[in-house]
Amino acid sequence: MAMNNGNNGRPHKVIGKPFRKVDARAKCNGQTRFADDISLPRMLYCKLLRSPVPHALIKRIDTTRARQLPGVVAVITGSDLPIPYGILPVSQDEHALCIDKVRMIGDPVAAIAAVDEDTAFEAMDLIEVEYERLKTISTIEEGVYVDEPRIHEYGDGGNIHKRVSLEFGDVDEGFAEADHVREDVFFYEGNTHLPLEQHAAVAHFDADNKLTLWSATQTPHYVHRALAKVLGLPAAHIRVIATPNGGGFGGKSDPFNHEVVVAKLAMMTGRPVKITLTREEVFYCHRGRHPVLMWVKTGVKRDGAITAMHFRTFLDGGAYGSYGVASTFYTGALQTVTYNVPRYKFEGVRVFTNKPPCGPKRGHGTPQPRFALEAHLDKIAEEIGISPVDIRRRHLAPAFSVTANYLRIGSMGLGACIDKIIEASDWQNKFRRLPYGKGVGFACSSYLCGAGLPIYWNNMPHSGVQLRLDRQGGVCVLCGSTDIGQGSDSILAYIVAEVLGIDPFDIRVVTADTDLTPVDLGSYSSRVTLMTGNAALQAAERARELLTIAVAEKLNVPIENIAFAERRAFDVENPEVGVSFAEAVVLAESKFGTIGTVGSYTPPRSPGKFKGAGVGPSPAYSYSAAVVEVGVDPETGIVTVERCWIAHDIGQSINPVLVMGQVEGSVYMGLGEALMEEMTYRANRNVVHKFPSMLEYKSPTTLEMCDVKTFLIEDPDPNGPFGAKEVGQGPLLPVPPAVVNAIYDAVGVRIDEVPATPEKVLAALRAKQQGKDARFGPKSIPEIEWPAPLKVPTPAEGGDGKELPRLAVHVKD
Amino acid sequence: MMRLPKFEYRVAKKIGDAVKMMADAGADAMFVAGGTDLYPNMKRRQQTPRTVISVTRIRDLHEINGDGQSGMVIGASVTLTELCNHPIINRDYPVVANAARLISTPILRNMGTIGGNLLLDTRCNYYDQNYEWRRGINFCMKKDGDICWVAPSSPKCWAVQSSDLAPVMVALGAKLRLVSSVTDRLVDAAGLYNNDGISYLHKMPGELMTEIHLPPVNGTRAVYKKLRRRGAFDFPVLGVAAALDVDRDGTVKHARLILGGVAPAPLAVEEAAAHLVGKPLDREAIAAAAEAAYLKARPLDNTDFVMGWRKQMARPFVTRALEELRHCR
Repeated sequence: MAMNNGNNGRPHKVIGKPFRKVDARAKCNGQTRFADDISLPRMLYCKLLRSPVPHALIKRIDTTRARQLPGVVAVITGSDLPIPYGILPVSQDEHALCIDKVRMIGDPVAAIAAVDEDTAFEAMDLIEVEYERLKTISTIEEGVYVDEPRIHEYGDGGNIHKRVSLEFGDVDEGFAEADHVREDVFFYEGNTHLPLEQHAAVAHFDADNKLTLWSATQTPHYVHRALAKVLGLPAAHIRVIATPNGGGFGGKSDPFNHEVVVAKLAMMTGRPVKITLTREEVFYCHRGRHPVLMWVKTGVKRDGAITAMHFRTFLDGGAYGSYGVASTFYTGALQTVTYNVPRYKFEGVRVFTNKPPCGPKRGHGTPQPRFALEAHLDKIAEEIGISPVDIRRRHLAPAFSVTANYLRIGSMGLGACIDKIIEASDWQNKFRRLPYGKGVGFACSSYLCGAGLPIYWNNMPHSGVQLRLDRQGGVCVLCGSTDIGQGSDSILAYIVAEVLGIDPFDIRVVTADTDLTPVDLGSYSSRVTLMTGNAALQAAERARELLTIAVAEKLNVPIENIAFAERRAFDVENPEVGVSFAEAVVLAESKFGTIGTVGSYTPPRSPGKFKGAGVGPSPAYSYSAAVVEVGVDPETGIVTVERCWIAHDIGQSINPVLVMGQVEGSVYMGLGEALMEEMTYRANRNVVHKFPSMLEYKSPTTLEMCDVKTFLIEDPDPNGPFGAKEVGQGPLLPVPPAVVNAIYDAVGVRIDEVPATPEKVLAALRAKQQGKDARFGPKSIPEIEWPAPLKVPTPAEGGDGKELPRLAVHVKD
Repeated sequence: MMRLPKFEYRVAKKIGDAVKMMADAGADAMFVAGGTDLYPNMKRRQQTPRTVISVTRIRDLHEINGDGQSGMVIGASVTLTELCNHPIINRDYPVVANAARLISTPILRNMGTIGGNLLLDTRCNYYDQNYEWRRGINFCMKKDGDICWVAPSSPKCWAVQSSDLAPVMVALGAKLRLVSSVTDRLVDAAGLYNNDGISYLHKMPGELMTEIHLPPVNGTRAVYKKLRRRGAFDFPVLGVAAALDVDRDGTVKHARLILGGVAPAPLAVEEAAAHLVGKPLDREAIAAAAEAAYLKARPLDNTDFVMGWRKQMARPFVTRALEELRHCR
């Protein structure tokens, strides 16, 4: 394990230390320039006119009166931007402005650029749009059963966007081997990211016909590609600068219509154009957590060992594809990386509905099945009479193994996570022993450290870093990564500082600018620390090598004796013999010319070769385990989460304070999803969003936040920089299932659906009093014809990662 | 971002000036104090006054006088934070300070006033939305439309009384002073509110609320319980204000039980009072009062939480309010 990274076995000076974030002071004193802070001379303001109807054909748009309003400079409609786009190559189903059809309330149909926002607002009322209403599709059931009218003309038939069926090993055989088989149905309601910063973008088209877009985006590279496609400009003439994001959580990962629109308006008017969305519009951008209905069947031996698992998911996708195909696969991907699942079958379906599109929110497609799986295991453990801890702890997926669905696990610290929180929470004295109304719940989870494959097919690195050293000792690190508050700019500085033996605050970090920085795919899938970290490590090691050669020559000592620390390069045998870092650069520049190095990172090939194997593989997997303690008021059903103990297998902390911050933030977001957050619509009232506002979309305040005790498990992964794994998303996952398991411990009712709101808890308590099923949750899943599964023999069965030829498979009905 | 519409802003320094400005400005004018209710509503075009007359600079409206023996007079522009912190109010009328403490957030309480809270616009999930959203449902009868989406066959608006102080003032029997350019009257708090989401106040548009008169305490004990999703920000979706006069021997002499957040006006549950008066405040009487409140509370589906559960919450919340009074001898 390259733990010392060639610095002569010296302990880390930066890695693992709680340094301040490089952007902390600017954030605290208000100097950070967010997209909405940008103001350029002659700038125009943009507003989008959005559809007030959920599903309709556009029969006519008349913008004449709006154009005549003094102060209005340009008005555009769908016909001005006819080329479709979308984040996934398989779902190019969005238009910046709807052309002939609107698919949800909030779909934009026209855009106005005016001298100020008030004028643009006023002009919106002067645009006449005639709609021909279509029947709406508003639920999973309607999406599955109602074929006409179709929301999109593509997909897997009717309003089904995507259907997936995969079988790894023979699950029927596995169920036959089981001593106990259980089935459950769960529902996870949709919810949204709720970043404090609303999306904003500014476009500028300069005298040389080059376009610059500043935008609050997590994925400037993908926005760059979408703009080139839609605007018909050479990509080389487009520059996308991602401004520091005031929170993203996945909600700023798609190319958005407002970004395309301000770019187009800037090109047309020759003036800079800006848009800042209202909070309501952010709800319409959405791309948040899919509502998912789930069915799971698991067979276990008497000791709790899983013999087979069959998982079905139904995703309510909303009006567009977005990341939905990936989301669908993700609802079936990571079930296998926590506990040993020797045979596994997954069937998933995503439907279109006339609601804002769902996409990736922290945990992307995996919190829903994790919720189901962990609540399901809690029930199985009780039925077979073993503890919910043992059923997991005894059957962990082994480290450095390949799962039935061909995910390659590296380091695996879940056992250590479990041990830590069980002890810290005093679980043994609390579980089933607290007074009525108090309870503890336990759950585990795992998440990937970066998607193994890019969004569009290519063989290039996923992340690139350039390092520039100047003769004054200055170091500049350039990378396409985007800091969304998680600290990715700081990670680059820490890693380069560690390798070059300088202070992180000596380093200038330039990121997220497609003109200046090498490509990084974006801040999604918890990929940034691992991938940009490895790229930065490589670039820094290459630079250190050049400096080492030059310094060794000057000091006349062997190359292997040179170390870097305290802004010096020196002989480890005579540490007083050395040169300052700046002198080291001068020596290297004198010898080699201008010092600049590059580093890049490409994830290892996945062992899975079957169709659909692209979602789930990752260079490494992080693990989390949590215990929560709740109070349940049996008269009201109100649940209060009092404490949470959570352990996270981080591999190696680059900065433990940032890691803990991500853990606590994840617990907070997980509590919101577990207890109250929901994107709900009034199907009988035009499918309006019930409450697109920060007041009425209920998200916890600091008063609802519980005490959190965080433990970091450091079991370095060979694929991570210094052994580091992810923390941005994984720790959210165990929270919702731990909460419902704790509710059961407290009052003996199963809440098989989140959010676990008080009326659901009270309804289950009443059902229990009346001798009915002491449960609240969905009762069944839609009847649906699943396609014949793609059959893939597991590694244990001698499989090579490829599917069996379909014609040779006997399809059971 | 959402922006305020254009309007004329006037500042009055005296009550007489304020009411004269209002009389001159006519129907399209409104008074504003803290603005925590009005300005967001204006951004969403729910309220669209052409003239806004600020009353926060009127010194008389910031006075707090008296005590529990004599009764108190509180100026309408006293901020909620001042109300929370006032030593005599905390000592003699703790229910008022406690209820004020439950309103919104500390920052909004620094701006919001007692008068503003008592006159708070009624709230509804079909109304408290921005202009584009409301256009999506073709508006509602409270503003720009002609239907009540909560109860489409209803001739009246069901927007909800959402002030925390209103049920408390009704329970305490407070009186409110209303002044216009031609009138000056003192009305019962109970008489101010009208059970209609649109014309929810028995108040002339030209009248300015200037004072809140709390009656002498005389042994009245009162408590307020609030149901909401979170510990801050949220308006009540059920408020229970209970005020009792209890004899030395423990017999309830006089009782007022008022529910907030379930109707367009504070709802007096006389049936509950009837179960309490003339009896000791025991479990049986409390259970009967709670049941009466449950039967009377008929919330509709226009706030946070599902309405059936909100109705059910009347029982435990009334029980808890009365139990607290029983134990705070």
